[in-house]
Amino acid sequence: MNNLVVLPILVPLLAAVILIFFAKNVIVQRYISALSALINIIVALLLVREVSEKGIQKLDIGSWPAPFGITLVSDMLSALLVLSTTIIGFVVILYSFKSIGKQREKFYYYSIIQFQIIGVIGAFTTGDIFNMFVFFEVMLMASYVLLVIGGTKRQLRESLKYLTVNVISSAFFVIAIAMLYSVVGTLNMAQIGERITSLNEVPGILTVIAVLFLIVFGMKGAIFPLYFWLPGSYAVPPIPVMALFGALLTKVGVYSIIRTFTLFFNFEQGHLYEMLMILAIITVIIGVIGSIAYWDIKQIIIYNIITAIGVILYGVAVSTETSLTGSVFYLIHDMLIKAALFLLIGMIIHITGTSNLRKFSGLIKHYPTLAWTYFIAALSLGGIPPLSGFVGKMLTVQGGFEANEFIGSMIILITSILVLYSVMKIFIFGFWGKADQMYVSKENVSYHALLMPIILIVVISVFYGVGAEAVHSFIAQAVEPLINPEIYIEAVLKE
Amino acid sequence: MKPNDVILQSVTKVAVVIIFTFSIYLFMNGHHNPGGGFIGGLSTAAAVVLLYLAFDIEKVRENIRIDFKKLAALGVLIAVCTGLGGVLFGEEFLTQAFGYKELPIFGKTELTSALIFDTGVALAVIGTAVNIILSISEDR
Repeated sequence: MNNLVVLPILVPLLAAVILIFFAKNVIVQRYISALSALINIIVALLLVREVSEKGIQKLDIGSWPAPFGITLVSDMLSALLVLSTTIIGFVVILYSFKSIGKQREKFYYYSIIQFQIIGVIGAFTTGDIFNMFVFFEVMLMASYVLLVIGGTKRQLRESLKYLTVNVISSAFFVIAIAMLYSVVGTLNMAQIGERITSLNEVPGILTVIAVLFLIVFGMKGAIFPLYFWLPGSYAVPPIPVMALFGALLTKVGVYSIIRTFTLFFNFEQGHLYEMLMILAIITVIIGVIGSIAYWDIKQIIIYNIITAIGVILYGVAVSTETSLTGSVFYLIHDMLIKAALFLLIGMIIHITGTSNLRKFSGLIKHYPTLAWTYFIAALSLGGIPPLSGFVGKMLTVQGGFEANEFIGSMIILITSILVLYSVMKIFIFGFWGKADQMYVSKENVSYHALLMPIILIVVISVFYGVGAEAVHSFIAQAVEPLINPEIYIEAVLKE
Repeated sequence: MKPNDVILQSVTKVAVVIIFTFSIYLFMNGHHNPGGGFIGGLSTAAAVVLLYLAFDIEKVRENIRIDFKKLAALGVLIAVCTGLGGVLFGEEFLTQAFGYKELPIFGKTELTSALIFDTGVALAVIGTAVNIILSISEDR
């Protein structure tokens, strides 16, 4: 029993409810949401410390013992993801103060942000597959509102698509859970894992269910060929919302794939993992093609999400200890750096008033801090050694080579250069060159207020890269239950 | 000319009382019989919607001075705080408590903390349902 596990969900939940009462008072809303986000970071830090000292923590909600009630499980992987979620939430809330506008703030914006964070953290923490579905829905409903809030024409059109896609994939999720329940007869994830491993001969239906889960989570996590909804939907919401989506939503899908494939569907290393690997590699290629092709800075970063999803899933598909460590490293790095990059291009759009890369240049003359922050973020996305993207990608590729998956690893190495090119393109064409006088007059007070949270998150990601040695022990602990699901099952069911 | 809906209004006055009573019955019976917070809340909302249909929105708003958005939030707050009650007594989150009490009219009655949770659910459902209807009806 450890109520600390549920606290990262409870703090934003209480904040979200209290924020509804102060809908019209924007200043109070800002204070409450920033304060609760800060508290939540502290709570998540405590949780990480607790898990690192005492191993996997679980909480049987309502005192019902593990397989019968809903269990919240915090192993190192979920604790780390919760921590990065809270950090991103805090940064996005800080950025929202000056950028989102009073009109949206009055319509429950901060409250919905909190609900979004509840959904994401809940999906990371839960140990029950149906509860995971519920938290997915909490997350998605909040994201529908965040996508449409403001009600411009493009937002309405894209949210209709987004909603349709996600309603369908949620229906698939329920069907997949129903089929899994009819086979194993339980919803507790640890017990599902235990029952599947204890089978002598795995029935073929389980492979079908695994593919169904891959479709569901692939739809949420935007893998090839289910990524089609993402480039359009992510381009329309306001910048902080976009950062929240890009950093968190797809990563929940990836986390779910990691969790289910290591815990449930580890029975057959053959076709399933081969399929995942092929899809991951194509996802990487699609993402890279998109990010090179566009001259719209939003689309460049959006397609880089897809690339990163592919890289992470490649590590999962290779499924050795090295590659999984790489995947987890890269997952957390990517959450942080995508949030930073989205906020950075948000600032560029804020200054220049356009997202078309051909329409501006020479920003570095007037905004050197912004430029060098972007430079660091871009290098770390590309995976230049001392920065955060390096270790994850290196371990993933190394794991691939160790498992004799040369083609996939080579593709990931080559595409890294193209990823770097796609973000450097923004730096070269946008920041270098002759300074356009047009936007210089737009320098205003909110520049520093907007830049501050970005610098915060970039600094965190730099520390994450430079201090990879210190982080590694945590990551190793996170990977342990992925390699040996027995540890997870033991921790949840025994006691 | 204003349509004369005296029959609708008279029937509503009687029917609303019946619906309210029935919804409270459904709500209180949830533990041992079909019913509970969700259906109880929904049928209460149905009664409120009937009021809105029979009388005009301004009139009902004068008499029921509740901000339904805040009612929904209050419901969630109650539900969360019930869960926190368990934490307060050193148990797991959302742990329930129950006991038997001699009440004046009902005699020996089982009182549970789940009822408080259900109150939260019911309030949230009423708030949400009525709020949806009201938001759609206001064309602006």
